[in-house]
Amino acid sequence: MSAAPSSAPIVRVEGLTAGYGSNLILREVSFAVNRGEVFMILGGSGSGKSTLLKVMIGLNEPRAGHVFIDGDDIVGAWGEARAAILKKFGVMYQSGALFGSMTLLENVRLPLEEYTALPLPAMDLIARMKLELVGLETLCGHMPSEISGGQQKRAAIARAMALDPNILFLDEPSAGLDPITSAELDALIRRLAGSLGVTFVIVSHELASIYAIADRVIMLDRQAQGIIAEGDPRSLRDGSDNAQVRRFFRREVEPATEAA
Amino acid sequence: MSAAAAAAPGVAGAAARLATKDAADGSLVLVFAGRLDAYSIGGVWAQARAALAAAPQRRVVVDAAGVDYCDGGGLAMLIDLLRQPRPDGAAVAVRGLRPEFRALLDQFDPAVLAAPAAASPARANAIEEIGRAAATLGRDLRTLIAFIGETAAALGYAIAHPYRVRWKDVWYTCEQVGADALPIVALISFLFGVILAFEAAVPMRRFGAELFVADLIGLAVVRELGPLVTAILIAGRSGAAFAAEIGTMKVNEELNALTTMGLDPVRFLVVTRILAAVLMVPLLSVFANLIAVSSGGLTMLSFNIPFVTYMHEVASSVDLTDVLAGMVKTPVFAILIAGIGCLRGLQTQTGASAVGISATRAVVSGIVLLVAADGIFAVIFYILDI
Repeated sequence: MSAAPSSAPIVRVEGLTAGYGSNLILREVSFAVNRGEVFMILGGSGSGKSTLLKVMIGLNEPRAGHVFIDGDDIVGAWGEARAAILKKFGVMYQSGALFGSMTLLENVRLPLEEYTALPLPAMDLIARMKLELVGLETLCGHMPSEISGGQQKRAAIARAMALDPNILFLDEPSAGLDPITSAELDALIRRLAGSLGVTFVIVSHELASIYAIADRVIMLDRQAQGIIAEGDPRSLRDGSDNAQVRRFFRREVEPATEAA
Repeated sequence: MSAAAAAAPGVAGAAARLATKDAADGSLVLVFAGRLDAYSIGGVWAQARAALAAAPQRRVVVDAAGVDYCDGGGLAMLIDLLRQPRPDGAAVAVRGLRPEFRALLDQFDPAVLAAPAAASPARANAIEEIGRAAATLGRDLRTLIAFIGETAAALGYAIAHPYRVRWKDVWYTCEQVGADALPIVALISFLFGVILAFEAAVPMRRFGAELFVADLIGLAVVRELGPLVTAILIAGRSGAAFAAEIGTMKVNEELNALTTMGLDPVRFLVVTRILAAVLMVPLLSVFANLIAVSSGGLTMLSFNIPFVTYMHEVASSVDLTDVLAGMVKTPVFAILIAGIGCLRGLQTQTGASAVGISATRAVVSGIVLLVAADGIFAVIFYILDI
């Protein structure tokens, strides 16, 4: 459902520096995400993946740098301009973050109620179709507490897609899921990327998911305070000249540092 | 030929348009053009439904050749037209939709979406609700009895083994329940004293009996109002805080962590809070008594009763028995407030609203229990002639 393909990157991060208090986490990070690709942000714990995601979706302000979402800079955007940028993407949070007091249908319908002037039956139909896309149409009257963790994540993807954004940000979609459910979610992401042309930006460190769905990845590192690798995950595993990157992809333990 | 158009605010591209025309074979043609997105299709959607309803026996062709863009909202509109129940020979067909949008449309089965949305799991009827409420009440009572037993045992153990009590937590809670509550207790007691003095002094002045306002305030505050008002304040402040704290711990599985570490949540969390409340509520009550009686005296200055005279009158009417009759209630109030606050916290269910519900229940049950206990004390004192 995306607009006509264009060669310009859909998300562009330029010279991003971010941190908390005196703790600098990312220094001068720059990269671009191409339209229609499944792009993954990898890295170990504390490498700044979540910080980067929060800055990209406008939850945190960076110390310096810009994040262009489909051409518009979200950093420093306010009011109407910010609202227009926020409508261009949807976000699925790690826990799903479905509203516990609403049914799945009401959760998905909420953005439509706020941003469109459609009558209720029309919004209901759109919401049901989004839930159908993620395979949950039959559960649309259920409360989030009545469905499993994997189903909650799928419903959260349906809610993120309610307004047909061109970009979906997913925070650790596989976290806490069994391998089968995780594989199902990967298949769903691939299918949505293929059929709807949605660009996915996914934060993850699940190797199985990375190999299954990523077109391109960047890898963050705590010591480097930025990107240490960028490219196709398989070529990075086999051919990266950075030992840290190869270890990550091969799940190898860091060798003991030589005694000082 | 009729036409409808709607604007898509803030979106580039032609707005959604609908025109109707009659085909040579007698079918009705709905010609859509422009941008079919959720922001702009409201008008044409209603128009298309109306056109469909006005031609129940005709074949309908949706001509989408002029559609430049179609999002989930546009697809929903097309599915909505396709799913309408129509007799054979009057079916709806979509033609001319660009292949990329056609592929999206073909993902959905109009027949499935024609069925009403799956309803929420069936709600219970009135009789079932009453039955469930009765069962819940029974379960609550059993939980309450078990909690009282567990807490009594844990308190007994704490008294027998004081070195096992987590005194650091007790002192920390004392600060929260006691020291931090001083300003609000002072303010409310002060106002209580002032209000009591004014309300009593005005009618009593007609009989020249203003001085006896001191007796009234002294006895009412020391025997009844000081301890009760303090307890109600602490129930609203600390009872709710206990329920919210323990409730959040339960939601975060911290209580499960304590249990699997072999640490009894009652000993760990409830005993410390009850001990802190038992230490602090009597002290706060004494403080409230002093403030309320003094503020009454200050008020009586405006009725030309000197402060010394007022205090002398208070001292002559309030004896040690009255003070003890008030103070003996305070530890009981403290146990009730802290106990019910902790119990409600431990009973917290899952979900974002659960902690709020627990805090509310802690305050409501706390105040009900306080007033009930105060009534029981009044009867006992009457029987004992205290």
